[in-house]
Amino acid sequence: MAPEAFVTLDGVDHAYAGAGSALAVEGLSISVKQGEFAAVVGPSGCGKSTLMKLATGLQFPRSGSVTVAGQKVTAPLKIAGMAFQAPTLLPWRTTLENLLLPLEIVEPHRSEMRRRKAEFSERARNLLASVGLRGQGEKYPWELSGGMQQRTSLCRALIHEPQLLMLDEPFGALDAFTREELWCVIRDLQAARKITVILVTHDLREAVFLADRVFVMSSRPGRIVVERKIELPRPRDLEVTFTQAFSDIVHELRGHIVKARQ
Amino acid sequence: MTRTNLLIRLSPWLFTIGLFVVWEAAVHIFKIPVFFLPPPTAIAQAFVDYSGPLARNSWITLQTTLIGFALAVGFGLLLGLLVGWSRAIYAGLYPLMIGFNAIPKVALVPILVLWFGIGFVPAVLTAFLISFFPIVVNVATGLATIEPELEDVLKALGASKLDIMRKVGIPRTLPYFFGSLKVAITLAFVGSVISESVASNYGIGNLMLQAQAQFQVPLIFAGLVVLAIEGIVMYAAMAILERRMTGWAQRSGFAQA
Repeated sequence: MAPEAFVTLDGVDHAYAGAGSALAVEGLSISVKQGEFAAVVGPSGCGKSTLMKLATGLQFPRSGSVTVAGQKVTAPLKIAGMAFQAPTLLPWRTTLENLLLPLEIVEPHRSEMRRRKAEFSERARNLLASVGLRGQGEKYPWELSGGMQQRTSLCRALIHEPQLLMLDEPFGALDAFTREELWCVIRDLQAARKITVILVTHDLREAVFLADRVFVMSSRPGRIVVERKIELPRPRDLEVTFTQAFSDIVHELRGHIVKARQ
Repeated sequence: MTRTNLLIRLSPWLFTIGLFVVWEAAVHIFKIPVFFLPPPTAIAQAFVDYSGPLARNSWITLQTTLIGFALAVGFGLLLGLLVGWSRAIYAGLYPLMIGFNAIPKVALVPILVLWFGIGFVPAVLTAFLISFFPIVVNVATGLATIEPELEDVLKALGASKLDIMRKVGIPRTLPYFFGSLKVAITLAFVGSVISESVASNYGIGNLMLQAQAQFQVPLIFAGLVVLAIEGIVMYAAMAILERRMTGWAQRSGFAQA
């Protein structure tokens, strides 16, 4: 059985309030299958972040439709987890307490928080261990390096076991080595949990290394101009990024972006 | 403890003593008359001679200030949360608050006297009116500067505005709030003393006014010293409270250096 479309945007136009009639995205259509890893790339200001907000129900389209898990999106999606370029951890909470924040808000965990606190803390500790942060739960975010903070931010996005993970340039502020480390963290998390991921990025190597499909957006108002299947075999090793096949794809995508900027 | 640390610990005392020594010397060297600028020894003598009235009135001023300050904290916190809660309330109240803050509070004392008579109540209210503004502004600023990404993360989880306020807004506002208390307590002293000197029969402000009428210049200066001491003690209390409550926000070595 072929996996069903999990996230579908169909002919979406959107403009922000106060921006007049200037559209952020126009005629945007994209479809991501259950368990698929999709990457969206494009020139800066092309509406990539708007796509994220539309798909998670933080914004609603002016026209067109957004469907997630077979349902039209009319309210913020609780089955989604999000991580951004800035880790946005709360400095007055320990790493572990930061991870528990979503569980204090999202139902049904919220009402069970008091009763199942020990269980939830255990889950958070296991999640931290799975991204290489074993035993760091009692530290405060400012005692962690930038890469460790970003790992924590990823864990916070995953703690309520969402079916959809939205990543908005999550590694943009990290150095090249840490970034590659975190690519592998995300790759393994996705492989282990079969979660649907939409990654918004401007790093083409990142997109090609991680994604099953890469979508190229045009400049504002954004829409999808190219859809490229990445058929590199999984599991992918970092070594693959140095092969000819890999750089050919990156090169090809780069050509599309250059065209999209014009 | 290293020598440098010891020096830093002692230096506030050394500088204070130094100020008084220079002052004393200057008065004697330039033969400044006592009724113009009394030397610290004369002020110390005034402390001994008038210890009863000084103690009684400084206690009244302290009480007045603290009650006014407590009102300012309660009201300032409430108004700050309200202003930070909604952009419409913020837009509506901001010009009014700026306008109100621009009014010199001494100009309000006659009105307060008209309403409440001279004495304790106008002094408390002046202390309150002059000190609530920095609290409101700081609380509102703390709420207004929540990272939008963090708000998105929480909203996407179905968080209500109240959730975001409780989990993020209020904790992140606390450093701003406790920081503003240091400014507010100092202003509260200004307010109570102004009102006491214009319209009261009690308090250090009134005592200084009477001393001036009787030309007891050392006593005026003794009043000033009492106010300075009360100000320093309350400021230090607020600073300790700030460090206690929001230690996480003060990890930078810059503040301690």
